[in-house]
Amino acid sequence: MNTTVVAQLQRQFQDYIVSLYQQGFLDSQFSELRKLQDEGSPDFVSEVVSLFFDDCSKLINTMSRSLEQPDNVDFKQLDSGVHQLKGSSSSVGARRVKNVCISFKECCDVQNREGCLRCLQQVDYEYKMLKTKLQDLFNLEQQILQAGGTIPQVDIN
Amino acid sequence: MTRDQVGEELPNLAESKLTALVVDDSFVNQTIHQKLLNRLGIKNDVVTNGKEAVDVYCSGGNYDLILMDMDMPIMNGIQATKRLREMGIESKIAGVTTRANEGEKKEFMEAGLNDFQEKPLTISKLLSILHKLNFYVQT
Repeated sequence: MNTTVVAQLQRQFQDYIVSLYQQGFLDSQFSELRKLQDEGSPDFVSEVVSLFFDDCSKLINTMSRSLEQPDNVDFKQLDSGVHQLKGSSSSVGARRVKNVCISFKECCDVQNREGCLRCLQQVDYEYKMLKTKLQDLFNLEQQILQAGGTIPQVDIN
Repeated sequence: MTRDQVGEELPNLAESKLTALVVDDSFVNQTIHQKLLNRLGIKNDVVTNGKEAVDVYCSGGNYDLILMDMDMPIMNGIQATKRLREMGIESKIAGVTTRANEGEKKEFMEAGLNDFQEKPLTISKLLSILHKLNFYVQT
């Protein structure tokens, strides 16, 4: 094991994950998920976020269809989709996605189709951005492990 | 006790042989809730809506604890909780939901819950549920 390489990778990992919290991509719930990862389930976090991204894709498609017809928007169905997305984003600590969902719900409540369309676009952007960021994070984890190191615990409080 | 990744000691309740049923339509939440229960040594199963929870009990299933989501298709958490209590089921039921306004919480509690926690669930919230329902005494 090249300890210098491992130390550099660990430093990179720490700086990157801290930046994700500081930039609002993640909140403390993501830390809670990391605490649950163990030797018995070393890919727990990536599996859960993968389920979350599946949810995002499906729900965004459904909500997009709900918003297609200007005179026939099913705001109740839309609200249900936003609620589900807010729930799962909250569960994985996807802070920006969750915050967009809060605004999205407000637009649904007043039946503001244009506002909903903007929120839909934004939530699509935010989840894809987060997906890229987390993929980079997981890649760093793999590099550390392949170099013989351990993933650092990071206290974000 | 077991240690989690940050070195905090967690109780291992495997010896108490507690069982739990996760009732939630979200795969994300199912996975997280099952993991939380597994970490505390609590054997558990999962169903995806209130009707499936009721069906499990009608088929003779029984659990010490039910973690009941509120919003689910086919039969929601409020309906399922009422139904289970009508059936005479005495399992402890903890409602877990993101809906936290007082009116919705009151309606859910009045359906027959023993406890209520706002999602997302964490180890400490789950321990709080277990402590409140006398499944776990902190030493």
